[in-house]
Formats: sequence, structure tokens, C-alpha cells
Amino acid sequence: MNKSHTIRIKVNGTAYERAVEPRLLLADFLRETLGLTGTHIGCEHGICGACTVLVNGHSMRACLLFAVQLDGAEIDTVESLGTVDKLHPLQESFREHHALQCGFCTPGMLMTGVDLLRKRPLATDDEIRDGLSGNLCRCTGYEHIVAAIRTAVRERDEVSGKAVR
Amino acid sequence: MSVEVRPKLIGARIKRVEDPRLLTGQGSFVDDRQPARMLHVAFRRSDHSHARITNIEPSAAAKMPGVFGVFTAADMNLMAKPVRATSRSKDYHATEMHALAKDKVRYVGEPVVAVLAESRYLAEDALEAIDIEFDSLPTVIDPEEAMKSGAPLLHEEAGSNVLLTRQFARGDADGELLTAPVRVKGRFRFGRKTPLAIENRTYLAEYDAGRQALTLYSSTQVPGILRDALVDILDISSHQLRVVAPDVGGGFGGKSSLYPEEIVVCALAKRFGRPVKFVSDRLEDLATTSQGFDEILDAEMGFDKDGNILAYRAEVIGDVGAYSIYPWTAALEPVQVISFLPGPYKIPNYRGRVRAVATSKSPTGPYRGVGRPISTFVTERLIDMGARRLNMDPAELRLRNFVGPKEFPYKTCSGIVWDQSSFTECLERACKEIGYDAFLKEQAGARASGRWLGVGFASYAELTGIGSRISAAPGMPINTGTELSTVKIDSTGSVTAIFGIASHGQGLETTLAQVVADELGARMEDVRVIQGDSAAVAHSTGTYASRSAVLAGGAATLAAKAVREKIIRVSSHLLEAAPADIRVEHGTVFVTGTDRKMTFKELARAVYSEMGRVPLDIREDLEATKQYDPVFGTTTSATHVAIVEIDAKTFRVKVLRYQVVEDCGKMINPLIVDGQVHGGVAQGIGAALLEKIIYDDKGQLLTASLVDYLVPSAAEIPPMKVSHIETRSPSTVGGFRGMGEGGTIGAPGAIANAVSNALSHLGIEITELPITPEQLFRAVRQSTK
Ligand code: FES
Ligand code: FES
Repeated sequence: MNKSHTIRIKVNGTAYERAVEPRLLLADFLRETLGLTGTHIGCEHGICGACTVLVNGHSMRACLLFAVQLDGAEIDTVESLGTVDKLHPLQESFREHHALQCGFCTPGMLMTGVDLLRKRPLATDDEIRDGLSGNLCRCTGYEHIVAAIRTAVRERDEVSGKAVR
Repeated sequence: MSVEVRPKLIGARIKRVEDPRLLTGQGSFVDDRQPARMLHVAFRRSDHSHARITNIEPSAAAKMPGVFGVFTAADMNLMAKPVRATSRSKDYHATEMHALAKDKVRYVGEPVVAVLAESRYLAEDALEAIDIEFDSLPTVIDPEEAMKSGAPLLHEEAGSNVLLTRQFARGDADGELLTAPVRVKGRFRFGRKTPLAIENRTYLAEYDAGRQALTLYSSTQVPGILRDALVDILDISSHQLRVVAPDVGGGFGGKSSLYPEEIVVCALAKRFGRPVKFVSDRLEDLATTSQGFDEILDAEMGFDKDGNILAYRAEVIGDVGAYSIYPWTAALEPVQVISFLPGPYKIPNYRGRVRAVATSKSPTGPYRGVGRPISTFVTERLIDMGARRLNMDPAELRLRNFVGPKEFPYKTCSGIVWDQSSFTECLERACKEIGYDAFLKEQAGARASGRWLGVGFASYAELTGIGSRISAAPGMPINTGTELSTVKIDSTGSVTAIFGIASHGQGLETTLAQVVADELGARMEDVRVIQGDSAAVAHSTGTYASRSAVLAGGAATLAAKAVREKIIRVSSHLLEAAPADIRVEHGTVFVTGTDRKMTFKELARAVYSEMGRVPLDIREDLEATKQYDPVFGTTTSATHVAIVEIDAKTFRVKVLRYQVVEDCGKMINPLIVDGQVHGGVAQGIGAALLEKIIYDDKGQLLTASLVDYLVPSAAEIPPMKVSHIETRSPSTVGGFRGMGEGGTIGAPGAIANAVSNALSHLGIEITELPITPEQLFRAVRQSTK
């Protein structure tokens, strides 16, 4: 059958060494092997974005990657952001603006949002909408998600004193 | 004198209780549960639309590694009875559905064989080793063909593919339409949609062998309905089954019916004494989650020369798919269409007839809005077509025909009663908010320079929070008109409020806590809401049909008030004050005009623990259970306005602005109301411009993945504005009106009208949704030929 391979991988700052079947998806590895169920699976074919995590600092779809490809990689999932007691500023902004309803798309939205906030100026709402267009949300109609990211952009720019260029 | 505490939480934009766990990945969705010794089930599904099963060869699969068993209808029927959605309606035929297809398959995706294995990967591997021989039968795809006598039958025992016929009439619509000075008509189609919650359907059954008890964790909207149905199907008693809906990732109606996979996980968990999980993938979801909205309407409206509606007639064909779904039946969606076609208008003569036709496609069921997205689309289109013929402003034509502010309660020509509502106010306010007059000038200028801008209205009324006198679906044998709530203060002074509804994004843990805290005089943070658990209350159905704020909110109000009365009685003894001098606020009991007070904690200790402080004859538990039944329900109304631009080269429709003015009565939490409206509108825009489930003439599903079934992303959804007119409902406790579905009801009609308006100089009338660039290209080509 499928022979296992051993990978070393850092997830949310913790180093793991695990034997994985070649066909094991990163999403399943996170959820089932490591028990990190914050990363959700909505389509398993790369469209919905619910499974978005950061791989070496870049947002990627955990349903389109095999764990075995990620030997040596650093992964950040939604669990790396804040905690129930102390939310990450973007999580706080989502809560403030009611940017989640069922919360199923939310981990993916947050990880995409974190990546966008690091890399893009997000000067206009159109740019925010464009940046989010790989993540589907069926509940919110996006209005409040855009508002939450807009607030986070403002906070980011206040801290840095200027927009990201 | 008693000082009435003014509500402080009801009406406030409170941040949600649910959010911290959902934001941090600490939610508990069904698939997040991973109990020890869990097995997985996967399904081999039909790849035929309509066929006889002549042979199933499971043995190769059964020998594969990690496989515990392979099951067909023959096995499953020993463990579970078939499902029939019965109804008291005349002219209705129930259909029999087996958890695994028996003898015949009736749609692509129907489960035929179940494989139980150690992991989902291994279960899916084994599916491929199963050999099924099918004998093709003629497909039943086009509902108009399927209605004809002599058409191949999907359910032979029904004797026809027409599962239901129903008509509502008042006056003489046919006669009036012969003589009406202005008549408009069309053949309208809406196209099949799928609810597409982002969490796929997921089920986990756990069996406690010692107690012989099953717990089904289901991504469902209706744990109570499932419990009641499954005890019959599995032939167990109801204390042997608990159905829990934990965090659920959206529903929109798609998770409000009983599914075959739920029966199978329960049966196999019981048989093997181990947890059994099923996780649907997206392809299975697109093929098998109940679809919606598939109707064809031939509709005609007649006006006098001043624009008064004289008559309205509609022939509706509902393509309901392969089975009459449990518990809603095939009647739910199509009958709702003819019930709500009259909308907020006074229509003296009406005839609406519907036929619900079985086809070899996935079964249809409730999808957000149920019937009313289509009825509103068609009625609002006819109004705009009428306005054009009459040379009247469409807003003015609506105002002329609305049930006026002084005419409530008003019984519509289909028999529905509108209570005091804001039809006129919503439309007038919407014109103001969107800047209607200024836009008309802008539009004229834009048109002169070759730009196609359009504005469209959709006004509608819906019946929400329906009580026991009206069935959510006609003739259905279950009661959807009541909800229970238990409110209790425990021995530590904490408040628990228990419900049978099942929140799946609506934030009911927050809004119901707001209601309980206000009515009881507690602090928000002291109230914990328990919901989504069939064992929590004696009877419940769940969350669907814009009912939970009204019904559970009403029950919460009654139960909290009853507990508050108990608090006043006991604290009047403990604090030696007249009941009228007692005030309950922020979790503390005060004696007005003194500094005497007791916290809930102290009060609870005196009642439950410090025996002797409250004499036995006046001792009462600080707990109450109340049922609420709004009896008929209430009316929610709104006007939507869309402004669109059509790119004259690509024919792409861009929604530039979107305004909703709605009246959902007293709002519990306006932040949540806005969110519900936004989400509904986005689904309505998807329905209007992008989404369509397509079957080919062989019954194969062409929109089988999210590459082909297009769901709007943030880039396709415009900024939206929502304004509220808050007319307390005269018919419900608390004055609440239901509002979960409204967004989806208004948007398709508003977009269709806006697109038609943008192309009015070419005489184009939109009659079919979704509006694709190709369709527009053809229509424009045709009109300019
Ligand atoms: S689950 Fe990965 S993109 Fe949908
Ligand atoms: S909050 Fe439910 S899918 Fe986004």
C-alpha cells in the first residue's frame, strides 16, 4: 500500500515529526493528525478558501497540498492568531463588525486577511474585495467582512504611519 | 409602586457571544469531533438518472483493507424503515424513499451502497471496487413532458409524475383578463439553485452500548424533527436517541430535511457499537443536498387605464425532483409560490394554480425564501412591465396598488392575512435613500453617452414566525407552530435558558440571551443559552422559515417573565418588602427607595441551599418552562432597490448600489439583522446573476463542482445599505417579526427589474434568471436586428 514518509514540519511555532501517507492532504494532516480543527474544509477542490493557511508566510489552500510536500515548512493556522480571551486585532475587528455568522469560512477569511494586510496597500474597498475573492462566504454577503478588514487596514496604517507600498 | 425596567439589551448592537470560539478555531462543528474507535462511511452513488438496479457486486470491496462492511438496500432495510413525507393535502402523492436505493435509482447521486471502513480514505478506496449493474430507464427531465399522460413514471405507485395539484382563486381572473385595458404577461423561469452552505453536510452517530442509546451529531437545522422521525425509522424509543446540532456552518434550508446518510450512520453505529461518521464532500453536496426554486410560471396581470390591478393569473409548474422530501413534502416550495404571488398588492381577481412534478433530478426542498424569491420576481416584473405599458413610474404604480397603511389587517386573495405593515413606508423611504429622482436624471445623461444604467425595485411581504394554525408546508403532519423555552436560575445564581431551535449562523445564543436578560433583569454575561439539542426540551423542530426570533424569542419572554415573578415573590419575603416595591435589574433584586438588595447568587443560595430561610409553603424553584404559539404569525415587508450597469461590450451586469428598507418589527440586535439582510441579498444576487444547477437531457449534473456552479465572491457583491422601519408586530410577543430570509426574497426581482430598466430603450424584458451575459447579448442582438 501507500508507504509512509516522515516529515518535519513546524505548525504554529511547534515542531512536529510525523509519518504520513503520500496522499494525506495538509488539511487532513492538520485536522486529524494534529487535532487542529480550526482549519475548515469546504470543497476539497480549491475554490472556497475555507482551508486557507499560511505556508512559509504565504496564504495557501490546505486542501490542495499534500502533507508530504511540506517537509521543512512552517505553517500557521487560525489557532496561531489570538485566543478566546485575547483576540488578535483582526479577530477583534471581525467581532466588532459582525463579520462572521456561522463562522465556517472565518478561519480561511482571517488567514487570507492576515496575508493581505501584510502584503497589500488595500487602499480601496474594491481592492479588499478583490483580495478576498478567493474565499467564499455564504452567510455575510461580505459587507461586514470588508468593513472589518477596512478597520484593520486603518489600524495597520496608523501604527506604521503610512500605507504599505 | 412597581417601576417597569426599560429594556436595555433588546435593540442594542451587542457583539456576539458565539464569536470568540468561532474566530479562534475553537468552534465545535460535527467534523471537529473525533471520538476514539470512529469508523467512516462513504457512499457509492448512482451515476444514472433513472435506472433499474439489476445487480450489486460488493464482495471485492468487502475484502479491501480496513473495510468493516458493505451495505445495500437489502441490509439497510433490516435496520431502518423507508421514509414517506405524508400530507393531509388532497391530490398529493407521497413517495417512498429508502436510505439506500432499492430496485431503482431516480437521480444521479442517489446513495446505493454504503461502505464502512476505518478511515474516509479507505472507505472511498473501496467504493471503486463495487460493481453495480444498471438497466437504464427513460429519463424524466423536462417537467412539462413528465406531466403528460404516458410519460415514463418515476414512482409507478403514484400513477403519475404530478405529485400535487393546488389552486387558489378569488373573483374571476380569467374573465377580467379578457377585458382588462392593459395586460402584461410572460413565461418566467428562475432556474434551479442549491443552498450551498460552506460546511458540507456532516453526520456522526455515537452508540452507548451500555445504555443502548444513540447520539446523532448532525449539521442540521432541525434536530427535533430528526429525533422524532428517526425513532420511528429505526424503531427505537425516543430516550434512546438524542440529536445534537453543534456549531453548524450555515444551512439556508439545505440542512432542514432528513437525509439518507443520517439514517445510515445511526443504523451502522448501532449495529457496530462504534462511532460512525459521514462527511459529505462538495461534489456530493452539489448533487444531493436538497435543491430549490425550480419553477416555470406563465403569468399575466391586467390593469385598468389608471394603473389599478384588475386581475392576476398564474400557471406554475414546479420541478420538484426525485422524491417528496421529508418532512416538507413536494408541496412546500411550489404552493408557497401561488400563496405569495399577490405580494403586498390589492388584487381583486386572482387565480394561481400549481402542479408539482417529479423528475429524475436531485430532490428539492426549502431554500432561503421558499417560493417567495420566485413569486416576488414574477410579480415585480409584471408590475414594471405594466408601468412601462401604462407610461407610469414604477414606484408610483406600486404605491397605487399596495395595501395601504390604514387597510391592515388585510386578507390577500390567496388567503394570507397581513398584519399592520409598512409597504408604503418602505418604498417611499427606499426612493429617498437611493436618491431615485437624481438617479433618473443621471440615467438619462448616461444613456445619451451610450452607458446602460438601470434601477429596479422589488417590494414584498412575507409571512414569518408562523404559529400552529398555519403549517410551514401544507398538510404536513408535524407541528411547526410552537417553541418551548425553559429559563432557570441555578443554585449558584447563574441563568440558563434552554431552547429547541438550532442556530447555524443567526447568532441566537446572543439574541435569545438579550431577550432573557432583559425580561428577567439579569446581566447578559450571566445568561447561557443552550440550543440545538433535541434532549433539551420536550418538543421542538428547529431553525428555519424565519421563525426563531419570533417563536423562541416569544417563549423566552414568557419563561423569563414567569421566573421574574417567582423572584419577586420570594424576594418580597426575604427582603420584607411589598412585591410592588421589588425591582430586578442587572442580576440583583432591589427594594425601591431603600438600600436593601440581594444578588441572584444570594437569592439562589437562600432558595436552594439555606434551608429554613424560605418556608416550605412558599418555596418555589427559580425555573419556568413556557410554550409560545404565535397562532397565525406576522408580516415582514421590505423594498429593495438595485442600481446596475451593463457593460455594452461584455454584457456583464455590475450591481453598483443596493439599498434595502425593511420592517422586521422590534429588532433584538440590529447588527445581526443587518448581517442577515446582507447575506440574503448576496444569495439573491447570486440567484439573479450567477447560480444555476444544470442537468443535461440524460439527467447528468453538469454543474457538479464549484468551477461550474458559480457562487458570488466579495468581488461580485456590491456595497449594501440597510434601513429599518421598526413597526412592532401587533401579533407577536415582543413585537418581533422574522427576517432571516427576506434578503433572498427581494434581490432577484430588484436585479431583474434594474437590468430590464437599463435596457428599456431596447424594449427588453427579463423573464429568466440567472441573467447571463450570453442571454443579454442575444436579447440585445434580437432587439436591434
Ligand atoms: S476546502 Fe480548500 S479551497 Fe475549499
Ligand atoms: S460566516 Fe458562514 S460562510 Fe461565512
